[in-house]
Amino acid sequence: MPALHLPMTLLPLFPGLQRHVDVEAATVVAAIDELDARWPGLRDRLCEPGPVIRPHIHFYVDGERAQLDTPIAAKARVDVIAAISGG
Amino acid sequence: MGRTVLAIGTRKGCFVMESDEDRRAWSMRGPLCEGWPVYHAVFDQSDGTLYAAAASEWHGSAIWRSTDLGETWTHSSEGLAYADGGKKLSKVSTLSVAHGRVLVGVEAPGIFESQDRGDTWSLLTNLEGQPGSELWDDPANQPPGHLGISGLSHDPDNADRFWAIVQGMGLFETTDGGSSWAPRNRGLRADWPREHEEVGFCVHKVVRSRTDGDRMYQQNHVGMHRSDDAGLTWTEITEGLPTEFGFAAAAHPHDRDTFFVIPLDPGHGRTMPDGKAAVWRTQDAGSSWQRSDSGLPQQEAHLGVLRQGMAADTYDVPGYYFGTSTGQVFASADDGESWTEIASYLPAISSVDVAIID
Repeated sequence: MPALHLPMTLLPLFPGLQRHVDVEAATVVAAIDELDARWPGLRDRLCEPGPVIRPHIHFYVDGERAQLDTPIAAKARVDVIAAISGG
Repeated sequence: MGRTVLAIGTRKGCFVMESDEDRRAWSMRGPLCEGWPVYHAVFDQSDGTLYAAAASEWHGSAIWRSTDLGETWTHSSEGLAYADGGKKLSKVSTLSVAHGRVLVGVEAPGIFESQDRGDTWSLLTNLEGQPGSELWDDPANQPPGHLGISGLSHDPDNADRFWAIVQGMGLFETTDGGSSWAPRNRGLRADWPREHEEVGFCVHKVVRSRTDGDRMYQQNHVGMHRSDDAGLTWTEITEGLPTEFGFAAAAHPHDRDTFFVIPLDPGHGRTMPDGKAAVWRTQDAGSSWQRSDSGLPQQEAHLGVLRQGMAADTYDVPGYYFGTSTGQVFASADDGESWTEIASYLPAISSVDVAIID
């Protein structure tokens, strides 16, 4: 089952959300759909309308930069990174 | 004894300050809203619910809600987006809560409403067809850095009537709940060429008297103005003020002729003139102005105050509050005669609101 590694900034926004979440999903967008089903509203924190990934959020599948339609293998690691920005 | 509660929106979250009716000793909690930049935090004056319009650089815009004066929060942006078609929502700028409805003004210009206390949102209007709307609806003019709704004012007696400020365009009024609009800028000054007769004015802040709904005051980019007919016409009342520029303003809760403003230098600095902090008050509807600086710093005090950065309470002897771009909160508990610094080291302050909680 693919493992999602989420940014710390998401955790306080959704009660029960953990840093690491296992999902049953074959693509990045399916993984986001599953997160949103379990924690309603979470999609909006990662995606803009469209959906498209928010400009300061990056997805990586097994270390490679990913897009919404990027496939996820059964034992893949998916990192969701909040960009180094702000001040 | 009632509780006096301030909601302070800052660049790094919301803060809540609390006192009693004396308004002398204050406690503080925060940062709240997980440190998201808060552009406007307001109370529902009917029940004390706190709403904060915030936008995270990473996670986008949302409206936060607290029903326990900031102890716990929920947030939602469900429905808070333009449909595909080129218009982009980059920022939730300003809130208005009345008549069981929450309105949020956004950038690019549009007003979303929630009928369920912020759980879900829908687009109420983007002021279609108003002069100037061809600019804010143009996909080439989308934010960041373009126009937005910077202020909303409701009519406490009429749920279908409210006013919206479009940055660089002016004030607009609806009397049918947002279905149709009319510009309300006659008599305003503009020191620049305009493409439309009735818009193209830089309205910073509009405050309506609590005792006379026809009486409005306006801090404009180029001057202070007063309306005695609910915004249909405006008269300039700048004479006597140290500058014509500013953002923050507050109306006396019981006297239609008394009004407060914080003049700023109009250049890039936009801080209080000469490094001397002052609030200015008129008690005759703008015929004359008096400087109020007792308790305010008078040396090297280069303070700025933004358009949502000042509020008035409703006690018999009213209190006033303003927050600065350098993180100080000043309060007056004696109808603006003197001021006390009640917070010194907050992040840059975007907004101040006050509620009296029984």
